[in-house]
Amino acid sequence: MRPVVVFVPLDAAARSVGADEVATAIVREAATRQRDIRLVRNGSRGMFWLEPLVEVSTPEGRVAYGPVETESVAELLDGGMLDGAPHRLCLGRTEEISQLSRQTRFTFARVGINDPLSAADYEATEGLIGLRNALEMTPQQIVTAVTDSGLRGRGGAGFPTGIKWQTVLNTTSDLKFIVCNADEGDSGTFADRMIMEDDPFLLVEGMVIAGLAVGANEGYVYIRSEYPDAVATMAAAIDIAYLNRWLGSSVLGTDRSFDLHLRVGAGSYICGEETAMLESLEGRRGMVRAKPPLPAIAGLFGKPTVVNNVLSLATVPPILAKGAEAFRELGMGRSRGTQVFQLAGNIKHGGIVETAFGVTLGELVEGFGGGTATGRPVRAVQVGGPLGAYLPTSRFDLPMDYEAFAAAGAILGHGGVVVFDDTVDMSRQARFAMEFCAEESCGKCTPCRLGAVRGVEVIDRIVAGDDPRADLELLEDLCETMVDGSLCAMGGLTPLPVRSALEHFPEDFCHAEAGPQ
Amino acid sequence: MVLKTKSSHLPWSQERAVAIVEKHRSERGPLMPILHELQDVFGHIDPRAVDLVAEALNLSKAEVYGVVTFYKDFRSEPSGTSVVHICRGEACQSMGAEQLARHAREHLAVDFGGTTSDGAVSLDQVFCLGNCALSPSVLIDGQLKGRMDEARFDELVAASRTKAR
Repeated sequence: MRPVVVFVPLDAAARSVGADEVATAIVREAATRQRDIRLVRNGSRGMFWLEPLVEVSTPEGRVAYGPVETESVAELLDGGMLDGAPHRLCLGRTEEISQLSRQTRFTFARVGINDPLSAADYEATEGLIGLRNALEMTPQQIVTAVTDSGLRGRGGAGFPTGIKWQTVLNTTSDLKFIVCNADEGDSGTFADRMIMEDDPFLLVEGMVIAGLAVGANEGYVYIRSEYPDAVATMAAAIDIAYLNRWLGSSVLGTDRSFDLHLRVGAGSYICGEETAMLESLEGRRGMVRAKPPLPAIAGLFGKPTVVNNVLSLATVPPILAKGAEAFRELGMGRSRGTQVFQLAGNIKHGGIVETAFGVTLGELVEGFGGGTATGRPVRAVQVGGPLGAYLPTSRFDLPMDYEAFAAAGAILGHGGVVVFDDTVDMSRQARFAMEFCAEESCGKCTPCRLGAVRGVEVIDRIVAGDDPRADLELLEDLCETMVDGSLCAMGGLTPLPVRSALEHFPEDFCHAEAGPQ
Repeated sequence: MVLKTKSSHLPWSQERAVAIVEKHRSERGPLMPILHELQDVFGHIDPRAVDLVAEALNLSKAEVYGVVTFYKDFRSEPSGTSVVHICRGEACQSMGAEQLARHAREHLAVDFGGTTSDGAVSLDQVFCLGNCALSPSVLIDGQLKGRMDEARFDELVAASRTKAR
């Protein structure tokens, strides 16, 4: 009898709630019962409320059980889990779990399926098709395909990836670089981390394709140090990719070369800003550079550089494998393709929802997310990270689309959605936005460095209620200065959560008699 | 982020520090990899390391010192035996991280950035550990823990204290 294949995720989130202990218990209990199993540590399916999610291979497909606690492992095995038997924790076939089956997994197609570091599994599940296609194309054809797909930068700004690549391709230089921005510092985001931990070869493949497209032979992945598991998995993946000649002097046996280096951040949020990241890579303090020059023209060490987010680069291989049209036909308006939305915070069914742009905010939070984890009413959601707007439930009709969000005075950003219930005090959230900016500002420009500190003080005074009318006017003035005068998005967007909290939840700011007008 | 426990850190060795610098100096932009490895091996960036790195990379001491102090991960002093980070990102806040942070400071009688008087635990805040659907999260000696509450936090900290002893 062939051993039963049992999957227990190795993703850091799954491990944070006991996946390692569950894996150990399954091996032990199976041995006790003389059952032959093969344990595979796969990535996570991204349904975190079900973690640790154990899957068992059956003739009918993979059957899921979750959330599994160490204490229930013996009972599960006695109940026939290894044969896919029903149990109170049995969720049926994994693919049929509604939160998963309703998604369109384009970038995340392989996440959660394989052992992330198995090169053979990667190739067996459509890996390297995009790269092989790219090797048959001219640089211009690759760039055109990415441009035609409509892919926009997933880091938050939404700049068309193909246009950035075109600029680097058109700039003549003996040396060019591909830099992957893996400094995923925004609260409410974890999709980049999951790609690196759960499908790391996808990012490697995307970076090699980017190199072929613009004529760069060297790349850097800059991962934040707060992601120790992602750092370890990417390091191992790069080594394996070299052994398999997916990287190095002869990519897949051709005369094309690409070298990939891993660099680790050191606890600085601002290094997620692309020019601060370049400074850090060059060995300096992470101080933002003035633009122009654009990094595409003078970036890392002054050379033309593609700086792309993890998800942007990871979306390129399936685009080249399936064709630009397969991506472009999804989405709405100028937001083409799918987005990997991340449901976070006080949410019942938190995790990854990859679906076409255009799904409404409400459908994500209520439909996929099932409302709050605490069971209380949703009061506010913050979309796009710490620099994104707070929105009330009355805006749940908003479609997830860059332009629709911009028109509503918000940002879609990277598609992270953080949910708060009705116990949230929005004046505290506004204060925190300023506090965070003060803590993480690189200090180069005055509106950000000083404005954030003054912002905390003035919000404190507004809440204290001595002269809120004057202080609100001062806060508005301060926000305007930060928006107009900051060098980068850190100072420039910090007023967004502050102003949106004031606009939509003014009652939280006026504990005294005179409230905001 | 300090991943090793203090017991695995080596005392200062000029020879070892020189070897670390030599290992990385041919890389492009070698300063960050050098500082990371120095801290990984010795547990903090010794002032003697600043001199040595500046000399080797032809930088001023002020430049190296400036980099060491800019990045929160780099310590100029050794950490406690165990290092605990509490996430204060918005997602964790929505699930009670501020209360957990307050509890941690009171329970350990130390503020963020500090080390308990017995040198056992260094406490710090962090903004996001990428575990935002299982909030609140903490990182204890490099181990991510989700759905944290006060009782479990106390248990885990006590366990890491015992282990370190």
